[in-house]
Parts: sequence; C-alpha cells; structure tokens
Amino acid sequence: MAYTRTAHSATSGVIPGFGLSLGYTLVYMSLLVLIPMSAIFIKASAQSLPEFWATITAPPVVASYRVSFLTSLLAAAINVVFGSLLAWSLVRYNFWGKRLVDALIDLPFALPTAVAGITLSALYAQNGWIGSLLAPYGVKVAFTPLGILVALTFIGLPFVVRTIQPILQDLSPEFEEAAATLGARRWQTFRHVILPALLPAILTGFALAFARAVGEYGSVIFIAGNVPMVSEITPLLIITRLDQFDIAGATAIAAVMLVVSFILLFLINGLQHWTARRSSYLSGEDGV
Amino acid sequence: MAFNKTRHYILALTLGLGTLTNIAFANDVKLRNVSYDPTRELYADYNAAFAKYWKEKTGDTVAIEQSHAGSAKQARALLDGLEGDVATLALGYDIDSLYTQGNLLSKDWQAKLPDNSTPYTSTIVFLVRKGNPKGIKDWPDLAKEGVEVVTPNPKTSGGARWNYLAAWGYALKQPGGNDETAKAFVKKIFDNVKVLDTGARGSTTTFTQRGVGDVLVTWENEAYLVLNELGKDDYEIVTPSLSILTEPPVAVVTRYATQHGTEELAKAYLEHLYSPEGQDIIGKHYFRPRDAAALAKYKSQFAPVKLFTLNELFGDWSKAQSVHFSNGGTFDQIKGQ
Repeated sequence: MAYTRTAHSATSGVIPGFGLSLGYTLVYMSLLVLIPMSAIFIKASAQSLPEFWATITAPPVVASYRVSFLTSLLAAAINVVFGSLLAWSLVRYNFWGKRLVDALIDLPFALPTAVAGITLSALYAQNGWIGSLLAPYGVKVAFTPLGILVALTFIGLPFVVRTIQPILQDLSPEFEEAAATLGARRWQTFRHVILPALLPAILTGFALAFARAVGEYGSVIFIAGNVPMVSEITPLLIITRLDQFDIAGATAIAAVMLVVSFILLFLINGLQHWTARRSSYLSGEDGV
Repeated sequence: MAFNKTRHYILALTLGLGTLTNIAFANDVKLRNVSYDPTRELYADYNAAFAKYWKEKTGDTVAIEQSHAGSAKQARALLDGLEGDVATLALGYDIDSLYTQGNLLSKDWQAKLPDNSTPYTSTIVFLVRKGNPKGIKDWPDLAKEGVEVVTPNPKTSGGARWNYLAAWGYALKQPGGNDETAKAFVKKIFDNVKVLDTGARGSTTTFTQRGVGDVLVTWENEAYLVLNELGKDDYEIVTPSLSILTEPPVAVVTRYATQHGTEELAKAYLEHLYSPEGQDIIGKHYFRPRDAAALAKYKSQFAPVKLFTLNELFGDWSKAQSVHFSNGGTFDQIKGQ
C-alpha cells in the first residue's frame, strides 16, 4: 500500500493505478515478448559453444547477415528521404486526390506480404512492366539484392510517413515564417528550424522501418532469387534450417539476428533521445 | 423475452436434429493428403476418382483435403502438427524423417505397400524455351558459361535434391568420373543458377511467368504439365541421355490416421493408386506408372532415357542426405566457396 502511494506520488499522475498498470505491462511484455525471446536463447544453447560459433560464422550465414542488414539499413534510409518528402507534401500542400494518396500509404501495412512479393517480382522481372524497361540498360532488379531492397522499401514506407506526419502537423508554418523574417535563407530554415524538430520522428521512423525490414520474410523470398552468398536473407536461412530439422542451428542464427537488431535499435533509440533533448533545447522549450 | 425463448428452442431443436441426422445417416468422412509441389493436378484428378470408388464401395462420402508445398517443408509441417492422414512426398528421406523426428509412423513404412511404396516414378528432364536457343542437349550444356539454369533449393525441395543427384550421377558415370569431378561439375551447374526457389512449383513459375533462365531442371511430369498448360508454342522438353529414376513414395501417417479413425480409408486411398484406374490417372498426368499395362499405354509419351537409381549410386537417402544436403555437405561446399 505504502509502495503504491509512493509510486503514485513519484509519478504524480492524475489517474491512479500505477502499480496495476505496471504489473500488467510486465506480465504482458513477458508473455508476448520476453518469454518467446528467451526461449530462442535457451533453444540455441542446446548447442555447444564451438558448434554454436561454427553455425553462426559459416560463410553462407555471414553472407546472409550482410545481405539482410545492409538491405534493411539502405531501405530504411531511402524511406527516410522519400517518406519525409511524402509526409511533407501531404501535410503542407493541398492537392486533388490528397486523401487517396494518404490512404494508399497504409497499403503496405495491410497487404499480405506474399502478395506484395509476388506482385513486385512480376513487375520487376525482366519480362515485367518495369523490369522490361530497365532490362535494356542492363539493370536487373528481381532476383538480385536490388530486388530485396525494393521489397523492403515497399514494406517500410508507411512507418516513416506515419511517424513524421503528426509531428509535421504540429509544426506550425509560423516557425518558418519567423525564421524568414529574421533573415534566414531557405536552406538555413530547413537546416536549423525544420530538421531539428523532425529529427526525433525521422529516427523513430527509421528504426521502425529498419526493424520491420530485418524481420521481413514473405515478400522478400519471391523477389530475392535466394542464392546462397548472394541474395539469401537470414530469415530464409533460419527457415531452411528448420526444414532440415536443425532447430538448434536455426535458433542460433535467430539469436544472432536478435542481438544485432537489439543493439542497432538501442543505438538508434539513444540517438533519438539525444536529438530530442537537443531540439527541445534549441527551440527553447523546457528540456526533458 | 418470449421471442428469446422461442429462439432458444429452435436452436436446440436444430442442434438436436443435426446431431441425430449425423448419427443416423452421415457417413461423411474426411481425409487429408499432405503432398509435395508438382502433384496438385494428379491428386485433384485422383481424389475425384477415389471419392467415386469409395462411395460405390462403402456408401461413404469422402472429402479429401490436399496440401502442397516443398517436400521437406511438408514433412516439417506434419511433424509440427499438420494432421495429414497420408503423406505423399517427393522422396523417402522426408517420410523417413516422420519416423526419426516424430515417430508419426513405423520404421518399416516403406515395406507396407508394393514397389517400395512408390506407386509411380518419374525422372528429371530439362525444359527449354521454344527453338532451344542455347542448344541444350544434355547435362554438360547446363555447366557451360552463359547458360542460366533454374532449379529449386535442394535444402528445401525434394525435386531439387533429385535434380542435384541426377547431375552428380551423370558426372560419376562419365569415363574417369569420381566424386571430385562430379562435385566440380555440379558446382559449374549451380554457378549458373540465379534463382533458387523453395519448391519445384516456385521454380516453374520463375521460369515460365517471370521469364528467368534458359533451362528449367525439373520433374518429367512437371515439364509435361507446363507444356500442356502453358503452351507447346513456348517451351520444349529436352530429355538428357542419362538421368535418375525418381521414386516419390507414399505412406499412411499412422499416428494421425489412428487419431482420426481413418486408418482403413487412408490405406485404401493409397492402395487404390496401384489399381488399374489409379495407374491410368498416374500415366495421364505424366508420371510413369508401375503397372505394366498402364506403362505400355503411356510409353509413347516419354522420351527414351537411361536411368540409374538412387541405391545404385548413392546408397540410401540418409546417406545421400548427410553427404550432400546436410549443413556443410557438398551443396554447402559448392555454394559457400
């Protein structure tokens, strides 16, 4: 009781129930996230250390980390640039069909990933609508790592747009006007006024798009080509191991993915926290 | 309130009647066949024929549910709890794994039906684009530079494992052939593979719909299916001089069939594959029937090819699997270099 009261006063919330909701959060997180995650590590530890090491450092496996993480980072980066542009035009301009475009952005969320993969590979294959246009220039998209990038960019788009959009809506154009009246050039306004305010949201969008891309399986396998050492993603390798009844091997690779993803997300979150503090300081609001 | 009550009575009545009729007349039985990729059309046809046969024989209406995917994937699915009454997979190893990994059937499953439980056989052939622009005639043409080959991944697809062993066996049988020359030969072929799908049907789609590759290495029955379904004007079948006799076996998944009470039905379902009717349907779908009469009837549709068996060159499946397709096996070696 005393504990609840302290906790209550410590958080100084208007709505009571800190103890209850924290307990709920912990149970919920444990059931849905922590227990399955730790199961991966327990299963992976069925192997001896040298075995584990041999599994996770085998050349095709290492090549697949490179493919998976590089394409995911790149796809998230592309989405940050073009997703921000999209969000910008959706918030700042009015045009015919704006609502339609706004609704379309969520489609990659809703579409079964296999459908997305089949559609993309049909379009980008050398006999597809887009692929046939690129083929004369010697550009092959489907069944190469480039195809993976296309699929990952597709599925990651809504994450960036939907995280930046609300922030941009709150950022009133008056800031830009004020900057202009103070003599800032357009680039300076963008660099010192708009970007700092958006950066935390951009980083969140990046993290989400990246996380989604690393775990993506369904759409990628249809367009990737899946050739070991070249275009094989780590999730496919995990599934292949499972198909061979090599559960320990599959979980070992999964554990590596989990650790690397966690470290990367942790870094991105840290960066986001740092920029959030910086930007609130710059804009003169109360820091933290 | 009154309305609610009436509704309850009606509901109870309907439920009661439903149960009664079930007991009195219903002999609706269900059977699930878990199969590999290119048997979709064969079993669609066979299931209809079997349902008719079963109805005439017992009066029961049997509804057969089909499931198709890469063979190893299907074995995995059965082990993970996909309750198939029968397994009709691409190779013995995958059905063996049902015993070794999960004890879903007995160890001697392969002795339960004639011909090592393989009611049909097939072989591995090439499908090329019309006019055969790359002049592909035999296995060595697949290893040439500039030829793009399409095959599924041997780690997930049964058909691909047959493809791999067919190429390996061809190299072994050449003058001076040994495991080293065979490995180098197969490596050259797989260096020409740009897309590795997880199952045979995926590769067919890649080759035909996506226009990838010069040659598709596939089951003979799958190649004929493509020819008939997608047009003789677009593709040609090239039968190599030497290939492997593929033996896709069938078995009752005893554990699930016992649970469902469908053991008799499942057994009859597989046995009927050996009947003249079953064998005829098999031949119609370009599998090679076991039955001499059916084989004679459909013989003209298959190009002559010399065949070697798995046992002849590779021992048995568990040996072939561990040498070639396990982690660190020859496939990993040629792809990991």
